[in-house]
Amino acid sequence: MAESDDLIIAGRRFKSRLFLGTGKFSSGAALEQAIHSSGTEVVTVALRRVDLSSPEDDILTKIDRERILLLPNTSGARDAEEAVRLARLSRELGGGNWVKLEVTPDPVYLLPDPIETLKAAQILVKEGFHVLPYINADPILCKHLEEAGCATVMPLGSPIGTNQGIRTLANLEIIIEQSNIPVVVDAGLGLPSHAAQAMELGADAVLVNTAIAIAKDPAKTAYAFKLATEAGRISRLYSNSGISTSKQASASSPLTGFLEEESRNVHGVI
Amino acid sequence: MYTELFDKITFSEAKERVLSKSKIDIESALHTSHSGKALNFEEYLSLIHPIADTYLEEMAELSVDWTKKRFGNTISLYMPMYLSNECRSSCVYCGFSFENKIPRKTLTESEIHAESKVLYSKGIRHVLILTGEDYSITNLEYLRSAVTILKSYFDSISIEIYPLDREKYEVLISEGVEGLVVYQETYDPETYSKYHLRGMKKNMRYRLDAPDRGGLAGFRHIGVGSLLGLSDPYGEMFRLGEHAHYLSKKYWRTTIQISLPRMRPAEGEFDKTIFVPDREYVRFLFALRLFLPDSGLVQSTRETVRMRNHLAGMPITHMSVESRTDPGGYSGGEELKQFEIEDTRKIEEFTEMLRKKGLDPVFKDFDRAFFQVPDRVS
Repeated sequence: MAESDDLIIAGRRFKSRLFLGTGKFSSGAALEQAIHSSGTEVVTVALRRVDLSSPEDDILTKIDRERILLLPNTSGARDAEEAVRLARLSRELGGGNWVKLEVTPDPVYLLPDPIETLKAAQILVKEGFHVLPYINADPILCKHLEEAGCATVMPLGSPIGTNQGIRTLANLEIIIEQSNIPVVVDAGLGLPSHAAQAMELGADAVLVNTAIAIAKDPAKTAYAFKLATEAGRISRLYSNSGISTSKQASASSPLTGFLEEESRNVHGVI
Repeated sequence: MYTELFDKITFSEAKERVLSKSKIDIESALHTSHSGKALNFEEYLSLIHPIADTYLEEMAELSVDWTKKRFGNTISLYMPMYLSNECRSSCVYCGFSFENKIPRKTLTESEIHAESKVLYSKGIRHVLILTGEDYSITNLEYLRSAVTILKSYFDSISIEIYPLDREKYEVLISEGVEGLVVYQETYDPETYSKYHLRGMKKNMRYRLDAPDRGGLAGFRHIGVGSLLGLSDPYGEMFRLGEHAHYLSKKYWRTTIQISLPRMRPAEGEFDKTIFVPDREYVRFLFALRLFLPDSGLVQSTRETVRMRNHLAGMPITHMSVESRTDPGGYSGGEELKQFEIEDTRKIEEFTEMLRKKGLDPVFKDFDRAFFQVPDRVS
């Protein structure tokens, strides 16, 4: 892959375009292996699951923070107020300025609340956070979040944890086409082929958790996702199925034939 | 601002990027378009390449499909109203140039009423008002009072005047102006400085960022364009596509319109026109349509009857009709025109042509009620 194809978010460069979630792993060791074999450089952790102030925290000890961005998330927050409070706490405890904003008032499907997410994003950006909001695949919401100053948007492929793959295709295409900030497809990616599809669509990165965490072999599955993410990216950039269906222009061309007539009767434009 | 993007590549490098495209790039771009996707920028560049001429009929078919899908069988009509031919700039190719010793005129309030009545009686509800580049005679106060008169006749008012600051655009929007048109003339800095000898228009970068200022001010429509014939057309098309695409992504509430006028004879002795043949001109329009399927493509009466008849609805979606380029020209007066027009048909004849082609001429596509909604919340 070309040197220049690094992913840049809020000024930070990443070689890997696969983000990893940390919930649902069977053990810290399984997580550690998955981190290693995925090649990820962004690992998100639920603030409610970790003790940022403790160097012995089981999850945090598995993350090499020299190489990997620890991305605290606000999972569990039901409204903007709770999310903002969690983010501020995270910063106070040394979690840094980065936050994956999750506002999910619905405990069953964990669908993100667009109104509260936007409110929280506007507050956090003003406070100097690099905000990466988890959202439904809503193109207009994405534009509002971009205007609010978010570092990325993270639309879902399908409801979180469902492994259904990309069910929001039409909207994701619009989001990717319109966005001026990186688009990270988050949630619902159950197979490496889903990740490849997201990357082929033009997503800048993908986030995977459940599919890796509950796999028979998380490390090997993480590796498969790594390869799929890279393959999708390469496919997006360099391959094409440019089998032309062209019809050569001819005098009988019904739509452009008038230009042939014109050329037999040449006159200057000016 | 667009200038940040503009500075990343020179005009000649832009031209080379277009000319580096190959047959396989063109076929790949057409494949993308057939699969229902808008072209990306590199694919757009490949359809500008002369080799794409071989695929012109295919591009035409795709343009018809995309135009129908996005705009239906409609053509939006507008008429330009020249408020003034006063100009403090010297643009060597323009009839209004300060150097040209032509009679100068700025419409009075009663003359604006008279012009408006004529256009209104023809069914026109969208007017584009134009001035030369005189910041003092056609100043903000003059424009405000003109708009006050015009809005009693027209539902939609667009301006094609000298570039302004964002705050002044905001004033005009608050008065009832909906659309902004700022043609760059040429995106080639060398040519720009050679052909714009004096006056505010000399400041190329101020003009380049005018659409951005309009976007920030909140215009609902912004038109950009390049005057084909001043500099290398491949470089111009690179820049125009880049600019329009940038604006449409950045100002997502604003509709972007694109115009591709070719040079026409005008007062003065400008003889440096670079000839852009019909096939090439048409190919450029098709490439724009497949790249930016939601952008209005505007065509003026500069083009021939034949060209306008064929391109209406193929990629073209917005057309001026029965235009006069002289201030006061509709209600009678002297010949003070900016350039020669080619299609001189009356509106009735023109709309009949459109209807025969199965196209619906749209006279009104906006309502003043939009201006009475509260300010945006974000």
